Amino acid sequence: MTARLTSSMLYLDNVSVSFDGFRAINELSLAVGPGEMRAIIGPNGAGKTTMMDIITGKTRPDEGTVFFDGKIDLTKHDESSIATMGIGRKFQKPTVFENHSVETNLLLAMSGGLRIKGLLFGSRNTDESERIDSILATIRLEARRHDLAENLSHGQKQWLEIGMLLAQDPKLLLVDEPAAGMTDAETAETARLLRELAQTHTVIVVEHDMDFIRDLGVKVTCLHEGSVLAEGSLDHVSADQRVVDVYLGR
Amino acid sequence: MQPALIGRGTWIAVALIGLAAVLIVLANLATAPGSPLHVPNHIVALLGKFLCYAMLAVSLNLVWGYCGILSLGHGAFFALGGYAMGMYLMRQIGTRGVYGHPVLPDFMVFLDYQQLPWFWTGFDQFWFAALMVMAVPGLLAFIFGWFAFRSRVSGVYLSIITQAMTYALLLAFFRNDMGFGGNNGLTDFKDILGFDIQARETRAALFGLSALFLCLFLMLVAAISASRFGKVLVAIRDAESRTRFLGFRPENIKLFVWTLSAMMAGIAGALYVPQVGIINPGEFAPANSIEIVIWTAVGGRGTIVGPAIGAFLVNGGKSWFTGLLPEYWLFVLGALFVLTTLFLPKGLVGTLSQWARQRRQSRRSQSAAPLPAPQPQAAE
Repeated sequence: MTARLTSSMLYLDNVSVSFDGFRAINELSLAVGPGEMRAIIGPNGAGKTTMMDIITGKTRPDEGTVFFDGKIDLTKHDESSIATMGIGRKFQKPTVFENHSVETNLLLAMSGGLRIKGLLFGSRNTDESERIDSILATIRLEARRHDLAENLSHGQKQWLEIGMLLAQDPKLLLVDEPAAGMTDAETAETARLLRELAQTHTVIVVEHDMDFIRDLGVKVTCLHEGSVLAEGSLDHVSADQRVVDVYLGR
Repeated sequence: MQPALIGRGTWIAVALIGLAAVLIVLANLATAPGSPLHVPNHIVALLGKFLCYAMLAVSLNLVWGYCGILSLGHGAFFALGGYAMGMYLMRQIGTRGVYGHPVLPDFMVFLDYQQLPWFWTGFDQFWFAALMVMAVPGLLAFIFGWFAFRSRVSGVYLSIITQAMTYALLLAFFRNDMGFGGNNGLTDFKDILGFDIQARETRAALFGLSALFLCLFLMLVAAISASRFGKVLVAIRDAESRTRFLGFRPENIKLFVWTLSAMMAGIAGALYVPQVGIINPGEFAPANSIEIVIWTAVGGRGTIVGPAIGAFLVNGGKSWFTGLLPEYWLFVLGALFVLTTLFLPKGLVGTLSQWARQRRQSRRSQSAAPLPAPQPQAAE
């Protein structure tokens, strides 16, 4: 174990990445403390999803440092090992395994660290069964346990994916637009789920829905053209003239 | 609730195959040729061949049906297994060849070989040949897969390089100086483990072994698909990149199942060669590998017994049709593939089991809303 280099759960310093000359992320610096929940807002193309790609190992930054849990340099690892080290991700478009039941989706989310032998010969233990039961209760999909994920509604798929994050039990959760395409009731339910998650995990939420963010009541970072434009409480950020100009005013 | 390791459907299929095999062998050996119950030798040989094709389809299904790896070169693994067995059978000929050379097979004497090439060493031992039947296709698949999956080559690009692989082997095996009999391949086998390869009893035993291995393969695929590993395979098939973000390593999982499948194809080839009496480079032909895909698609990829049924139906149809209108068979085969893709995307068994599931569900619940047909999805 190396000594912690920072007290943050996630620490990005001076990170840049370009695609074909376009600077998607431009000298971005961001720190999220352990146990914190942070909302990220910003117009389309601000680099929100690219930032998540960098944190989860899908994209490698051209320059800059990314530290997780104070000591792990994320730029040196790939998606699988980053996931195993404790970073979970929910995608913008709900991505569940459509041809598996709700229950199997959760079981798979718990099995990511297993090697081939464990996958072939391991049978489900009682601990896993209990965790599946409790997650199903949290995401309120107990009645759909044996249904194929493809038969769930859009909102239910979003919850299942949040449930899969719970099953993974990561230290840091990246949640990309969890309320997109949801009804008001579903959005409120999702906010409840996220607040529950935030009690025991560090969470980063990307969202466009201002009411939803107000509902979460957390610190907000506004990205624009690949770097931080403003940071603080929602009221503070939304009062910032630059934020109004590039994002809220439109 | 733990699912059973091997489902009821698989047990029924295995029991039926076993029963049919026993009855066919009895009807061949224990009845006189004139009897109405008699199954003639050529039918046993034909069905034995179909059993090997069915094993091959089952092995392809493991990678394509469950893991979305569309191999257009599985015939190569089958042929390599066949060559390994053929080399053993060649070494068994001994002095009974046309030239009567104690060590060198006829084609080597003909080509002026002075000594046995090094890679023929050990093939006079059955255990060694049996090992190579699995090791050679397995090793080729491992090396191929190690590079392909690590570089994240997938989808149609992977299919194309599997096709190129079998074509390259076809060209290589056609060459006389490769030391595998060139164009003519390996043939004129005399006996296997001391038994006359032409004898009715030996042929019946080979037929029975093929049926046994088909059953074992079906049980293996059933057990894999029921395990957590099998669930991950399907997850990789449907959303490969998503599995990475859960911590899985799809490249390792694909490599394992790909190598296993190649070894299964090798065993199918090894049982095929003594029953048809010849192995030549024609088995590497890309068209052969594409036919395996058609059998699997017709029967139902991603179902356990579907591919075996598809192999029997398509090859049965081929035998019947090529007797009737030989020049039109390829058109029929092509039409079959197009029609299956358009109207039965889940194949015969897949469609039937979907109907059965829907009927069960609509009987159980009042919600009569039909399930949307699951669309096969390309891996990301």
